[in-house]
Amino acid sequence: MQGPLLAVDQKTQPVSVIRRTRPASSPPSWQRRRFVGALAAAAAAPAAAQFRVEITGIGGTQIPLAIATFRDEDKAPVPVSAIVRADLQRSGLFRMVDAPGAFDEISRINMAEWRGRGADALAVGSVSRLADGRFDVRFKLWDLVKGEELVGQSHAALPADMRLAAHRIADSIYQNLTGERGVFSTRIAYVTRAGNRFQLHVTDADGEGGQIALASPDPIISPAWAPNGKELAYVSFESQKAVVWLQDIASGKRNMLANFRGSNSAPAWSPDGRELALTLSRDAVAQLYLMSRDGGAPRRITNSQAIDTEPVFTPDGRQIYFVSDRGGGPQVYRMPAGGGNAERVTFSGNYNISPAISPDGRTLAYVTRQGGAFKVMVQEVAGGSPAAITDTSDDESPSFAPNGRLLVYTSRAQGRDVLMTTTLDGKIKSRLLTTGADMREPAWGPFGR
Amino acid sequence: MHITRRTLGTAVLALALGGLFAGCSSTKLDEAPVESRTVPTDGATAGAGAAGAGGSGAGTAQSSVATVDLSKSGAGAASGPLSQRVVFFEFDSFVVKDEYRPMLEAHAKALSANRSKRMMLEGHTDERGGREYNLALGQKRSEAVLRTLVLLGVQDGQLEAVSFGEERLAQPGNDEAAHAKNRRVELKDK
Repeated sequence: MQGPLLAVDQKTQPVSVIRRTRPASSPPSWQRRRFVGALAAAAAAPAAAQFRVEITGIGGTQIPLAIATFRDEDKAPVPVSAIVRADLQRSGLFRMVDAPGAFDEISRINMAEWRGRGADALAVGSVSRLADGRFDVRFKLWDLVKGEELVGQSHAALPADMRLAAHRIADSIYQNLTGERGVFSTRIAYVTRAGNRFQLHVTDADGEGGQIALASPDPIISPAWAPNGKELAYVSFESQKAVVWLQDIASGKRNMLANFRGSNSAPAWSPDGRELALTLSRDAVAQLYLMSRDGGAPRRITNSQAIDTEPVFTPDGRQIYFVSDRGGGPQVYRMPAGGGNAERVTFSGNYNISPAISPDGRTLAYVTRQGGAFKVMVQEVAGGSPAAITDTSDDESPSFAPNGRLLVYTSRAQGRDVLMTTTLDGKIKSRLLTTGADMREPAWGPFGR
Repeated sequence: MHITRRTLGTAVLALALGGLFAGCSSTKLDEAPVESRTVPTDGATAGAGAAGAGGSGAGTAQSSVATVDLSKSGAGAASGPLSQRVVFFEFDSFVVKDEYRPMLEAHAKALSANRSKRMMLEGHTDERGGREYNLALGQKRSEAVLRTLVLLGVQDGQLEAVSFGEERLAQPGNDEAAHAKNRRVELKDK
């Protein structure tokens, strides 16, 4: 049994996430998370039925994993084990093995029998209601190959945090089996349009549990997460022109960051969260500037006769990738973050836009036009040929998950804008929850809430 | 959008007046054949005056029909170049075409005559391509119209060039006809 599970275990020592079951009286801090006010009510999710993952493609090495339905999970407001399964499937690293029967974290596990079903790992658990109205969610992860328990946890969660509790369990399983941090408990911001109603949503990384941060009769584009995950910058047209706003997610408090003559757009946070790069038209059609997050005078960092826009910082904060049509069509360039000589980065095709840099700084994703089609491309920053990772033709706005393993982007299906996630090799794709509205402009938030 | 509604309004008015006139004439013809020549003719003149100052329906015969073609920019416009407020652009172009010269001259004249008057120039693109890059392309178009107006004597401070990129399509659709209607700059009073 030299399964991938073993190989991964040899590579990485399980880290601090591993905790033995602890009493519910010491709740983890995340459950104290505050909730966005009034509009949050809309998030009281119609539980089970809506949940599904549409996966296309097949990955290379996948860990065969069984996740039994948690005992009494039908008493919880969300289908806990289904959420965990869907999260792990979407990552592309796991193959789900059927887990019939009733088990929980204290059941005796017949390792040989489960291995006989083809599983290398098994997760079991339970949900019970506490006297104070919270739920105690417990789970245990078994390494069936080594025949040992990998992790056991107990989460006491408010009913409204049950989806988050499920994502935390998925993260724990992911980390214990792959050695890498999971992104299931992170959040995604995106914009929906239905008729003339525009809404900026903040949802779980699976696109569900959504709450509305901003509702407007005018367009909203280009949301960008502050590195601390507590604020969003975005462009709103509510004053009949493009203005950059900052908004605190938990309180809804917002303020204009850039409202200069002309258009103000394409905000991007520096990794330390103190500055934003953005595009202003106050001195020329579209040039790049840096501004303090507290406002003040913008400092111009490009001086071209062309359009310069869509800046994005490298994770070390030293460089900015951006789009410029100084050479004719739009191409991706990079330059020192304070300005200076720009170097062209994309060379194939005559229309390359919307750069995104992976959290390790090694991979560039962008959108290219091929004929009349727009596709997400991935290429190594150090040099390497670009690879198309989609077979659709209306892709936009790639954004990396904070662990760098997935991208979320906009595509088009059945006449609607939809959100897709994909592994970087393009092999596993899944469509996030559809709402009947056009969904666009996704931005994957950082670790931590 | 603004212009489209305005043009449509004019057209509806024209059709309404035309219908009114047609109704009158048939009644009058039945009842009083002699007068029908004069009364409806007066009516026709008035109707044409209201509906067809754009030059399309000046006929005096009772059976004449004034065609209002909404697909032609400025058709049915009742009050000349000042009522035109949209400049359309060729694909991938930022050049203000000569045909918009009279219109922009009229606006420049009005703005020069009243220095407290302010105008927003809203650039737009078609829906193809990235939202941020299109925002910049729309800005390039509105700046081109701004420069033209400044050359015609308007003070820079009276104008603000902005862009909606592809966010406010005048006409949704994937064909070139729709794209052509979306590549535009709209002039709006501020």
